Amino acid sequence: MSTPVLYDNPGPRSRRRIAVASVITGIGLLAAVTLVLVQLYQRGELSEAKWGPLVNPYNPLFAAAWTGLLQALARNVYAAALAMVLSLAVGTMLALTRITSAAWYRWAVVGFIELFRGLPVVIAIFLAYRILPELGVELPRVWYLVIGLTAYNSVVIAEIVRSGVASLPRGQAEAASSIGLTRGQSLRLVQLPQAFRVMLPALISQLVVVFKDTSLGFIILFPEVLSFAGIAIQSLDNPLQLYFVIAVIFITINYLLSRLAVYVERRVSRARPTSPTPAGAAPHTEPQPLAGTSTTGG
Amino acid sequence: MQPVISFLGAVVGYFDPVIDNIGLFADAFLHTLEIVVYAAVGSLALGTVVAAFRVSPVSPLRWVGTSWVTVFRNCPLTVVLFFCAFGLPEIGINGAYFWFGVTGLVLYTSAFVSEAVRSGINSVSAGQAEAARAIGLTFRQSMGQVVFPQAFRTVVPPLGSVIIAMIKNSAIVGAFGVGNELFSVHATLVSARGLALIPVLLGVAAGYLIITLTGGALLGVLERKVAIAR
Repeated sequence: MSTPVLYDNPGPRSRRRIAVASVITGIGLLAAVTLVLVQLYQRGELSEAKWGPLVNPYNPLFAAAWTGLLQALARNVYAAALAMVLSLAVGTMLALTRITSAAWYRWAVVGFIELFRGLPVVIAIFLAYRILPELGVELPRVWYLVIGLTAYNSVVIAEIVRSGVASLPRGQAEAASSIGLTRGQSLRLVQLPQAFRVMLPALISQLVVVFKDTSLGFIILFPEVLSFAGIAIQSLDNPLQLYFVIAVIFITINYLLSRLAVYVERRVSRARPTSPTPAGAAPHTEPQPLAGTSTTGG
Repeated sequence: MQPVISFLGAVVGYFDPVIDNIGLFADAFLHTLEIVVYAAVGSLALGTVVAAFRVSPVSPLRWVGTSWVTVFRNCPLTVVLFFCAFGLPEIGINGAYFWFGVTGLVLYTSAFVSEAVRSGINSVSAGQAEAARAIGLTFRQSMGQVVFPQAFRTVVPPLGSVIIAMIKNSAIVGAFGVGNELFSVHATLVSARGLALIPVLLGVAAGYLIITLTGGALLGVLERKVAIAR
């Protein structure tokens, strides 16, 4: 709390009150955690039988459990990487089409983008999984997941690219055209390279979204980490523990990715000589948090 | 003219599985809306509380708020839902599957609501609150008349996007088989009754698009209403 916006820096009396409140809430929290742990213990959820395969290397099932888990997780990473690369390519193309297309058919591109932005990603995945085979397109299962993810995320990335290009100072495009570059050259050589730098944090945040959404693969029976869990709990009989471990893995990876996004955002915004601060800008308003992680959760 | 009419007839005929079962679709649509409304109310309330925790002077509360956001923002909704379905009964909370679905959606969305609200509060420049205190407004007056009205306007667009994302995420709850909502219509019609798959799925997609596109349009109107130049 560097600058509390809402209240003055506390005086001695407020500090005392805050200290008392802190102790009381601290005790309350401990009580709540204890209550949950006691409940779990009484129901045998903290036993060696349930946790052993996941945390005890000497447990006979430890190796099998973790091999399966990591293999499944690798499929999530693989699907996320494919989907991200494809989304980036398709999204950039969509954005460029939208930027360069004549007004009379731009609505088609905009309509396409709005349509897929409004469609739940799980529906997109399911549509790819069920409709493509009906149309005679038989693919390895991972591709249905990747295509569904790409359909959804490419339009999001198209918007990121468009706003990235729009955020550049107008002088960049003007300078490019005044030295005789065509519109395509200007985009390719001048605007996009700068825009990608500005967009990088938002793209990393989108990667978090893509990675989270690979877990939807279990709906189309793609053997990713949740499908593995569904099978493993039948023999290990420890759903709570296994899902806990999976949650920790996801949270750790995504947390690190979002830290990376914040770090990159700082670097990018520090090294940006081309964007002068508008004269009237309030000096201490925070820059709109483009990065962090996805700000909407979908 | 004749070929055009017969083509249109074929198109309409293709969607017969949807048109014949429009009642089922309507029911499912309303059920989805029900989930969405519960989840919106719940996550807005919970998210605001978490945001209040995060700006509170009491450090354990701040800590809870931060962990809450970190956990639920980085965990896939699917995993949160599994936890609600398997975990809550283990700590003695039992209920209908419908409520587990709504709870998962609320928990997940609350983290994003909290971030939107918090960044709204932060966007009010410190000078505003300082000026309010300087002219002698109490905490409640300065919150109610100075900080909150400004924060509210900033918060509307991101909150709207969060809610629209939540509507889309409600399809995941449906995929878990909460039942009777839009996503599960295809199971009823295609798997159980053997109707053509593609038109039914397109009908389901259209149902979601009606909600999200209408929501987006409403949000646009609302944004223009509350927009301020700062």
